[in-house]
Amino acid sequence: MKDKGKLLMLLMIGSETFFFIALIIGYVYYRNFTEATDTVAQHLDAVRAGIFTLFLIASSGTLMISKRALNKENFKGFNIFLLLSIVLGIVFITGQVTEYIGLYQKQITLSKDVFGSSFFTLTGFHGFHVILGILALLILLIMSLGKLRRVSIAGFGGVEVYWHFVDVVWLFVFYFVYITPLL
Amino acid sequence: MSLFINIQEGEDQLPEVTSDKGRLLWISSVDHKQLGIMYLWLALFFFIIGGLEAMLIRAQLAVGDNDLISPEFYNQLFTMHGTTMIFLVLMPALIGLATYLIPLMIGANEMAFPRLNAFSFWMTCLGGFLMYFSFFAGGAPDAGWFNYAPLSESNYSSTQGVDYYLVGLILTGMGSIGAGLNFVTTILTLRSPDIKLNMLPLFAWMIFINGFLILAAFPLLNAGLFMMLIDRQFDAHFFIPSSGGSAILWQHFFWSFGHPEVYILALPAFGIISEVIPVFSRNKIFGYKFVAASTVAIALLAFGVWVHHMFAVGMTNTVNGFFAASSMLIGIPTGVKVINWIGTLYKGSIRMTVSMMFAVAFLIDFTIGGLSGASFAIVPIDWQLTDTYYVVAHIHYVFLGGTAFGIFAGIYYWFPKISGRFLSEKLGKWHLWLFVIGFNFTFLVQHVLGILGMPRRIYTYPSRFGSWEIFNMISTLGAVMMFVAIAVFLWNLFITLKKPRTAPKNPWEAWTLEWATNSPPDLKNFEEVPRVHSRRPLWDLANPDNPDKRLN
Repeated sequence: MKDKGKLLMLLMIGSETFFFIALIIGYVYYRNFTEATDTVAQHLDAVRAGIFTLFLIASSGTLMISKRALNKENFKGFNIFLLLSIVLGIVFITGQVTEYIGLYQKQITLSKDVFGSSFFTLTGFHGFHVILGILALLILLIMSLGKLRRVSIAGFGGVEVYWHFVDVVWLFVFYFVYITPLL
Repeated sequence: MSLFINIQEGEDQLPEVTSDKGRLLWISSVDHKQLGIMYLWLALFFFIIGGLEAMLIRAQLAVGDNDLISPEFYNQLFTMHGTTMIFLVLMPALIGLATYLIPLMIGANEMAFPRLNAFSFWMTCLGGFLMYFSFFAGGAPDAGWFNYAPLSESNYSSTQGVDYYLVGLILTGMGSIGAGLNFVTTILTLRSPDIKLNMLPLFAWMIFINGFLILAAFPLLNAGLFMMLIDRQFDAHFFIPSSGGSAILWQHFFWSFGHPEVYILALPAFGIISEVIPVFSRNKIFGYKFVAASTVAIALLAFGVWVHHMFAVGMTNTVNGFFAASSMLIGIPTGVKVINWIGTLYKGSIRMTVSMMFAVAFLIDFTIGGLSGASFAIVPIDWQLTDTYYVVAHIHYVFLGGTAFGIFAGIYYWFPKISGRFLSEKLGKWHLWLFVIGFNFTFLVQHVLGILGMPRRIYTYPSRFGSWEIFNMISTLGAVMMFVAIAVFLWNLFITLKKPRTAPKNPWEAWTLEWATNSPPDLKNFEEVPRVHSRRPLWDLANPDNPDKRLN
């Protein structure tokens, strides 16, 4: 494999997958394999989270479009769609932050009980990964506003894989945290 | 001093540390050889500290009703001893050897990601020193190296020690993941074009598989560590049963990392042994493909055996039976390897260097460790012996008699390559015999102590238990022998490093590519990589009329 940046990122997200699997297992274990009832799920708004999920998925789509523009050396299109991906990612994070604020106002906190702990740890670590991804995309954008250099094309492959990974992880988090309590 | 330093390249030697500039060139280095050497020094530093902790433990246990050390300090000692030896000695030593040797073995001039390589080293270093800072911050971690909840939670362990343990291990864990990423990408992308995967030296093969093990196992540990840190710092409830959490979940997280970790530490040692034994018995490795393939089998099975650490938890018989079977199954590929090494020795022209003798000691003592491990796979025996000194004996036969002997074999073998000087064989033999005899004195009797029922982690025992006292005294005397052996080893290192560099390129007449470079290699490893057509490129070059079968 020639593109070692992409290879590194594929291996790293493979590793990160195990991290998130462990956190998800924690949540599912407490909910389904102990006698406790989930105290967080009843306060979650799946429709609202679903809408923000669409923003995150859309950001993956716009990133793919910007990659296509990059391959055609359409740098203007590349910049616009990269910026759009960043904005969509920020919208998702804003949604998460406002959701946290709402839950804290209802006294649902990290230290309330084991479900509060699991919910905030799992979604918090995911949000942290989204923020890191936004920073990486911002770096690419700033670099490409100058004359796009080779290094950022190589870096783009890795960041793109990472961004899609964050997206896919969210789908699993969304399913296990928001959807399964409704089923 | 000017602001910019001329980075040395090409024909230059590694910088000396005797000047400011030289020291700065080491600290800021991204060269795999320098980082590998720094890993090895880091491991040696913590090996001395961890060894002194072990000596204090043995001094306390030498006689019954001893009050040399307080119970609180004893808890900190055995916790730090275990954590240090596993995460700050064996891991950095193996990763260091791999960082140094992998690019040389595959005909590359660098790792795939040199800066990631430096990042990995400094994370490991930072994590280690942070963990030791706990001694100055109110007390070291004291809940054992596997840090079982709820003992490790803030209501039972009120000092900051466990927090330092958690943060320290998260940092070293990230360092290890970085190293794992780097090994896999380096081996996949930077091999000399001649070298196909089935022509890699076995050490490189083991490190390659090991990279995947690291990538899959450490995130599980990190997730658990983060959850416990959030428990302790932000009052979460993950592992606190009294408020709805699950202490067993911590055990699952820890051991689903912990058992692969055993193989993360064992596989590179297998790799070292697979290099040392063929070279010193002048034979090709017996069954290259079996050694490589059984490693893959071990790596896959390693993730399906962790519950054998938890038989005493009281899970159902079905669960226990499944994991008992899988634990016995994993003995098979490991046994295959032992047969391979013995097969390599058979009809060889054996040269008994110190390196080779350590490899033979590895074969014997690691096999004992493997057998005592297999006995734990049998659930009733595990119930009887769990948390006794039998476990202590077993873990030391695997990690000290196995991995550490492998590392010593590797150090004596590659020392001429790394430093350009030969370690004294005479002092080396003192080191070897004192260490191996002391090791077996210390830990063989601990099997008996365990069967007699002595629990691990007690700070003292009644002196009226006469047999306990005798066996513990034997164990302590053995530890003193090992202490002397390490002193000899350090003296050997000290006087050797003062000698001039005399080692030729290939002093052992070995066959892998690292021996085609100068001793020590220049900053740029290879001006020109020799053509490789088989698993023993230097044999082919030395014997053009009798080359190995071409593989490419």
